[in-house]
Amino acid sequence: MVSHELTATPLMSRVWQRHTLAQKLSRLSLWLLIGVAVLLSLSSISVIWEFLWDAPEQMADMGSRMWPLDFPYYPATVHAALLETFHIATLGTLFSMVLALPLAILAAHNITPHAGLNLFAKTMLVASRSVNSLVWALLFVAVFGPGPLAGTVAIACRSVGFVGKLLGEALEEVPRGSIEALKAAGATQGSQILYGYWPAVKPAFWSIMLLRWDINVRESSVLGLVGAGGLGMAMNAAIDLFQWDRVAVILLTIFAVVVIGEVVITYFRRKLI
Amino acid sequence: MSSASIPAARPFESSLGAKLLALFILAYACYALGQLDFSWPRFVKGIDNGARFLDRMFPPSFKNWDQLLTGFIESMQIAVLATFFGVLISLPIAILGARNLMPSWATWPARLIVTLCRAFNPVIVAIIFIKAVGFGALAGVLALVMGSIGFVGKLFMEAIEEISMKQIEAIRATGAPFASVVAFGVLPQVMGRLVGFCTYQLDANLRNSTMVGIVGAGGIGGTLFAAFQRFEYDFVLAILITIIAVVLLGELLANYVKRIFNGES
Repeated sequence: MVSHELTATPLMSRVWQRHTLAQKLSRLSLWLLIGVAVLLSLSSISVIWEFLWDAPEQMADMGSRMWPLDFPYYPATVHAALLETFHIATLGTLFSMVLALPLAILAAHNITPHAGLNLFAKTMLVASRSVNSLVWALLFVAVFGPGPLAGTVAIACRSVGFVGKLLGEALEEVPRGSIEALKAAGATQGSQILYGYWPAVKPAFWSIMLLRWDINVRESSVLGLVGAGGLGMAMNAAIDLFQWDRVAVILLTIFAVVVIGEVVITYFRRKLI
Repeated sequence: MSSASIPAARPFESSLGAKLLALFILAYACYALGQLDFSWPRFVKGIDNGARFLDRMFPPSFKNWDQLLTGFIESMQIAVLATFFGVLISLPIAILGARNLMPSWATWPARLIVTLCRAFNPVIVAIIFIKAVGFGALAGVLALVMGSIGFVGKLFMEAIEEISMKQIEAIRATGAPFASVVAFGVLPQVMGRLVGFCTYQLDANLRNSTMVGIVGAGGIGGTLFAAFQRFEYDFVLAILITIIAVVLLGELLANYVKRIFNGES
């Protein structure tokens, strides 16, 4: 099959390699860096390893305390807390929509051809995303006092960064053709956004909002741990009193909500896109 | 036919359904606002409070920088370990859960594990692990490992299901064992995306490690919460600024790592 004349040529005797030397070195050093980081972290983290070996026993103990689930607790307290969580998540998502739209427009460099404004909007979006929703909740509990108002504003503040970033990117990917046609017809900036950009990003926008709503339902279930209303508040009370059978009911509720949410989202996404 | 007799066309008029949906959302928003006991005076009072709050936050105080550093190093350790072990565990689970490689008796337990890991917020998982292993960084690491399995495992599973089966068949045709099929058929096709997921997860774990600290699972979150309870709002702002800066730096670093591994240079 392979002719000997060909293998004898210097070209064919050359050794082919997938990566250049520089690539190999940079990969090797990266692997080394990962190894060193993991080893350093493992050796210096303040962990009492005996506690880890003890964990299965503790888990079994917790399981036994949870076991006869306190179902009457659901209609008494959990149901109202669940509705509150739902309202917090949905209202927070709606507020974030209102706030994220102008920021996304400012962040998209094809709509706002001004580097300073782009940078300003992007910084706002990054700041919103970097601070966790639980930390936002902590801040707003200090501002508005404990309760669902703090939770809603916290959810809105955290979601703005997420929605704004994804929407801004979607706006930047809008094809120029329809926009140029509108410009040629003398459309104002407002008309361009309303009739050029908006129809192009509409499916992306709704799918981003659905995704964020899904995340928000999950996140708002823990905001109560710092006093911002919803299921977390009920859970915090139950944990503080060591009522693990009630904690189990709340955990089951959260799990059910997540599963139902997943089904609903999948249905709507299929209808939208 | 003169153009005057044609009624003015409104090409962008929204449909009845869309109008009804908008009306419904508006009605719901009003209802929910009422349910949650929102009121204008409360909001205004809150704004007032907020102004005072901001006033106490500025200027940020870095005078307790040693606490800040200790907390941050612990957060980094938590994030690194959680990402490392999370990715390590999610690799076999993702391969077991991929429907194009495995029979159904292997896929559904793997998928169940991933769903369970994804269902609960890291904070809730952290609370449970605090009960199991006590307060401290270990609970945070374990909680974030579970979160990482849920996220990386799910995305990686989906990536494996999207690969081209032709290369798998070619390797199988040579009589290669399953380990070789994975190493030379599956992994090269998904490596680029896996690196992306891992760098994202490291970033996410760093952010989340600020969160699990609030419930007592170690890291900068604990420092933040303690500062909050002592009303040292200027130190709180310093911590927040540091978190934002580190997350930004992490994003830049992630891009660099992706370039090295995906070989576009």
